[in-house]
Amino acid sequence: MSTVAHEKSVYEQIGGEPAMAAAVDVFYRKVLSDDRISHFFEDVDMERQAAKQKAFLTMVTGGPSNYSGKDMRAGHAPLVTRGLNETHFDAVVEHLRATLEELNVPAPLVARVLAIAGGARADVLNR
Amino acid sequence: MARVKHESRWYPLESEESVLDGLLRQGVAVPNACRAGACQSCLMRALSGEIPEAARVGLKDTLRTQGYFLACVCKPIVGTELEVAGADALRVPARLESLTLLSESVLRVCLSTAAPFDYRAGQYVSLLREDGLARSYSLASLPREGLLELHVRLVPGGAMSGWLASEARIGDTLAVQGPAGNCFYVSGRPEQPLLLAGTGTGLAPLYGIARDALESGHTGPIWLFHGARTPEGLYLMDALRELAARHSGFHYRPGVLTGGSRDVAEGALDVLIRAECPKPVGFRAWLCGDSGMVLSLRKKLFLSGLSLKDLHADAFLPSAPRVEPVGAR
Ligand SMILES: Cc1cc2nc3c(=O)[nH]c(=O)nc-3n(C[C@H](O)[C@H](O)[C@H](O)COP(=O)(O)OP(=O)(O)OC[C@H]3O[C@@H](n4cnc5c(N)ncnc54)[C@H](O)[C@@H]3O)c2cc1C
Ligand code: HEM
Ligand code: FES
Repeated sequence: MSTVAHEKSVYEQIGGEPAMAAAVDVFYRKVLSDDRISHFFEDVDMERQAAKQKAFLTMVTGGPSNYSGKDMRAGHAPLVTRGLNETHFDAVVEHLRATLEELNVPAPLVARVLAIAGGARADVLNR
Repeated sequence: MARVKHESRWYPLESEESVLDGLLRQGVAVPNACRAGACQSCLMRALSGEIPEAARVGLKDTLRTQGYFLACVCKPIVGTELEVAGADALRVPARLESLTLLSESVLRVCLSTAAPFDYRAGQYVSLLREDGLARSYSLASLPREGLLELHVRLVPGGAMSGWLASEARIGDTLAVQGPAGNCFYVSGRPEQPLLLAGTGTGLAPLYGIARDALESGHTGPIWLFHGARTPEGLYLMDALRELAARHSGFHYRPGVLTGGSRDVAEGALDVLIRAECPKPVGFRAWLCGDSGMVLSLRKKLFLSGLSLKDLHADAFLPSAPRVEPVGAR
C-alpha cells in the first residue's frame, strides 16, 4: 500500500466515523442539559438532531464535510433571528472542549479542533 | 408540478403535496393511517423516478433496494415524474383465529398466516382489512408460538378497533404487511440490564421482548414498567407476576396516575423508573405506547446516561383524518 504524505486530520486520529457516535452521545447530552442553549436543540426528533450533531463534530474535527461558509450562514440564520449570540457560541465551544477531553483526545488535537470551531464564529453568528 | 403514474394513469401533484395525498385526492385507494411516516401502512414501490431520502427513513435495506418508500412523506421535486405501484407483494393473508378481552378496553387478537411470517417479537405490522383499512399493531407473540398476537386498545369510534370488537368474526381473512421497526431483543450481551417501559397497549411489544430475552437466556436484570391512568388500564398482571415469580432477574412494576394500591405504584412513569433505576448508564431500553410519553421518556433516559444506540422507541401515533377525493362532498 502506498502512503500519502499528508497530515492526518483529527477526525482520522481519534478514530473516524465509529468514534463520532460515542462523541455525539457525550456532546449532545451536554448541550441538551445546558439551560443557556438547550432551547436551540429541542427538536422532538432526536435521531434527526443526533445526525446534525454528528455533522457538526465531523466538520470541526476535519472529517469529510461538504458545508461551505455560506451553508453555515444559511443554516444558523434562523437561530440568529431567535437570539443566537457570542455567549451561546462560547457555551457550545466549551461543551466541545469538555467532550473531547472526556474522550481522552490529546491536548494538541483538542486545540486544533477548537481553532476550527472558532474559525466558524463569523459565519455561525452571521456577522 | 410533479406527476405520478399509477396503473397506467398520470396524476398531477400540487406543490408540497405528498404522493399519498395526491393519489387519495384523485380517488386512488392507498392504505394509510398515521400520515406522518411512522406506521408504514402507506408503503408503495417506485418503478421509475427519484425518491427523496426523507421518504425512506426507517425502511429496511431489503425494501430500499427494491424501490419501496412511504407515500405519506414522499414529496417529489417539482418537474419530476414518478411511476409507482402498490405494496401488494409485501402482504400475507392472515386468518382471524381468536378475539379475547384482556381487560375492559384491550382486545387480544390472534392471527395465523398461510405462509411462514418472519419477524421478531416487538416489531409491528400493518393489519389490513379487506376494504383496505390499515392500522399498525405491535407483535406480543414469539415466532415459535405460531399465531401472531396483537393487543388492540378499544378506541371510542375507532374504525379498526371498533370493527374488531364488534363485527369481526373468527375465520375472517385480513392481511398483514411487514414486519417493521427496531423494537426487539438483540442477543450478544446477556448481562446487560434491560429497561422496558410503556403505557396502555405499549405493553404488547414489551411483553414480547421480555419473553424473548428470557427465552434467549438473558442473565442481566430486566425491568418492565407498565403505566396507565387508572388500574383498569393495566392488563396481563397475573401473567407478568407469574413470569416474575419464575425468573428472579425479571422485575414487573405496574404503575397508575390515580388509584394506586399495595401492588400498584402511584405516580408518573418517569418518576417510578427513576426510583428503581436511578442510574441507567449501560442499559438497553425500549419505550412503547403514547407518543408524548415515549418522546419525553427517551429524552430523560438519554440525559440520565443511556446511549442513543441503546434506546429503542415506538410511538403509537394515531391515524390522521382522511382526505376526501374531489367531488365527494
Ligand atoms: C408503530 C405503531 C405501532 C402501534 N401499535 C399498536 C398496538 O400494539 N396496539 C394498539 O392498540 N395500537 C397500536 N398502534 C395504534 C394503532 O395503529 C391505531 O392508531 C389505533 O388502534 C386506533 O385505530 P382505530 O382504527 O381503532 O381508531 P381510528 O379510527 O384511527 O381513531 C378514531 C379517532 O380517535 C383518534 N385517536 C385514536 N387513537 C388516539 C390516541 N392514542 N390519541 C389521540 N387520539 C386518538 C383518531 O385520530 C381518530 O380521530 C400503533 C401505531 C403505530 C404507529
Ligand atoms: C462552533 C461552530 C459551529 C459549527 C461548525 C456548526 C456546524 C453546524 C452544522 C454543520 C450544522 C448542520 C447539520 C445539518 O443540517 O446537517 C449545524 C446545525 C445546527 N447548529 Fe451549528 N455549528 C456551530 C455552532 C452552533 C451554535 C453556537 C449553536 C447554538 C447554540 C448551533 C446550533 C445549531 C442548530 C440548532 C442546528 C440545527 C439547525 C436545524 O435544525 O436545521 N450551532 N451546525
Ligand atoms: S407511514 Fe405513511 S401513513 Fe403511516
